[in-house]
Amino acid sequence: MDYSQFMIMHQEIGLLVVFLLVFLFDTFLSKNVQSKLSVVACVLFGAFTVYSFIQPVEVGEAFAGMYATSPIVGAIKNILNIGMFIVLLQSIKWNNSESQIVRRGEFIELMLLTLFGMYLMVSARHFMLFIIALETASLPLAAMVAFDKKTYESHEAAVKYLFTAMFSSAIYMLGISFVYGLSGTLYFGDIAQQVAGAETDFLLYVALAFVIAGVGFKISLVPFHLWTADVYQGAPTSVTSYLSVISKGAAAFASMVILTQAFGALYSQVWEWMLYALIILTITLGNLFAIRQNNMKRFLAFSSISQAGYIMLGVIANASVGMAALSYYVLIYIFSNLAAFGVIQAIENAKGKIDMSDYNGLYKTNPKLAFAMMLAMFSLGGIPPFAGFFSKFFIFSAALQEGSVAMYVLVLIALINTIISLYYYLLVVKAMFINPNDNPIESFKSHWSERAGLVICVAGIIIIGLVSCIYVCLTDAANVSMMF
Amino acid sequence: MELTVLYYLIPSLIMFACGIYGFITRKNLIAILISLELMLNSVDINFVVFNRFLFPGQMEGMFFTLFAIALAAAETALAIAIIINIFRAVKNVDIENLNKMKY
Repeated sequence: MDYSQFMIMHQEIGLLVVFLLVFLFDTFLSKNVQSKLSVVACVLFGAFTVYSFIQPVEVGEAFAGMYATSPIVGAIKNILNIGMFIVLLQSIKWNNSESQIVRRGEFIELMLLTLFGMYLMVSARHFMLFIIALETASLPLAAMVAFDKKTYESHEAAVKYLFTAMFSSAIYMLGISFVYGLSGTLYFGDIAQQVAGAETDFLLYVALAFVIAGVGFKISLVPFHLWTADVYQGAPTSVTSYLSVISKGAAAFASMVILTQAFGALYSQVWEWMLYALIILTITLGNLFAIRQNNMKRFLAFSSISQAGYIMLGVIANASVGMAALSYYVLIYIFSNLAAFGVIQAIENAKGKIDMSDYNGLYKTNPKLAFAMMLAMFSLGGIPPFAGFFSKFFIFSAALQEGSVAMYVLVLIALINTIISLYYYLLVVKAMFINPNDNPIESFKSHWSERAGLVICVAGIIIIGLVSCIYVCLTDAANVSMMF
Repeated sequence: MELTVLYYLIPSLIMFACGIYGFITRKNLIAILISLELMLNSVDINFVVFNRFLFPGQMEGMFFTLFAIALAAAETALAIAIIINIFRAVKNVDIENLNKMKY
């Protein structure tokens, strides 16, 4: 056997090493050292993030082509690493709280394992590996959603999440079984060859619809979004932030890989129009439901549904520029959304309040938190000097690459929806800065880890949009990856 | 009478449809879990039949089925664990209890 192929997987192996070190630390060290576990895990993971940035990723494949990697795949893994690092940092205080102590290690270990599943998901070039990776990424997440043993909502959210995940993976596997029956193979590349001659086969349309439905559940596109709000509300806030950015970003990238690599020949006949309808529905309905929410986590759930629609604009572009724009969008979405969740988490940990009406007058008492929240909302809404504007700009221009009238209509609808979304993002800002309140949340000092996480996020929101070389690097990486 | 692919596919698709019907209509969490298992197992039948009848020279479908069975088992174990938690909290496993969060 040729062991050199394992060197191609150095990112996965690095992650496994971090997981094993955390696991050994958790299992064998004495009780009083273990209180440092969250910090140690954070430091280890930070070191791994830096390492995987430095180590270049080249085009290569392993396990007879089941696993493939390339510069843009390496880049999306690095982006997920950044998000994971911030989530770990922000969860330190909650993870060290009284009720959490007995299962502190499990939280970090399960999280690292789901990240491993997501790594394989974006690298898989064979449906068997993909389905294993998908389940590795979603099953531990269900356990993590149920982590808050004391609150009933957490279990309710876990049931809803797990059952919809199982349902969607069953539908997804049915679609794959049809594809297998038509083409006789499960490799993406071979399927693409077999499918090229059979564009008119009705069974193929059904199969593709099932595959898109299955992935749509993960990314929470609109007809398949019903679990999102409940799960986001019921889960512990650390898990919610993880679900909303990292799980979603990885699934979006993986869906782009599947659709372009395996079904690229069917682009203009079939899945362009399926995605077209899904994107319009997702952006519009996500926005409309977000307006009427009062619970902040539910509000961000619907906002993340509409953001998923914007992310899918990169997929519908069906070109390497779309892949670069998608990765860039995910990067900036990670910073903006984690800043919002960081503020929510800081307030929830200190005062236990998560309603938007509680945020009235927050600026008077906690100006720094209010400022971070304001930047996050501006970035999510896409107001120019902040990063969110640039990510929206690039993803729109990627969708317009082809230049057909239908795409112009789609981008126009997305633009109108951006304006609608500004309304509800600014509602939060209005609540914090303008609405009067007789007893606002008292002034408090948040934990150092929460502050550090917020500083990273705010720096990302302000800087990344202006550092244009990041987008150029991603475009170069997408171009040399030879995916199109 | 010779058995063709259809003799296997139609029962498996009926199984899948029953699974979806049960998933939507059942009121008991365990019954919903059973419906989900029906759906997952019908997919396994599909793979095995396609492999056996259409592509007898290779084993890809069989291997997929083996892994799919393992995944279904893992999913069931986790689902049962969460359902037990629900049972401890409210002393039954009716889906009516899952209404704390809405809209």
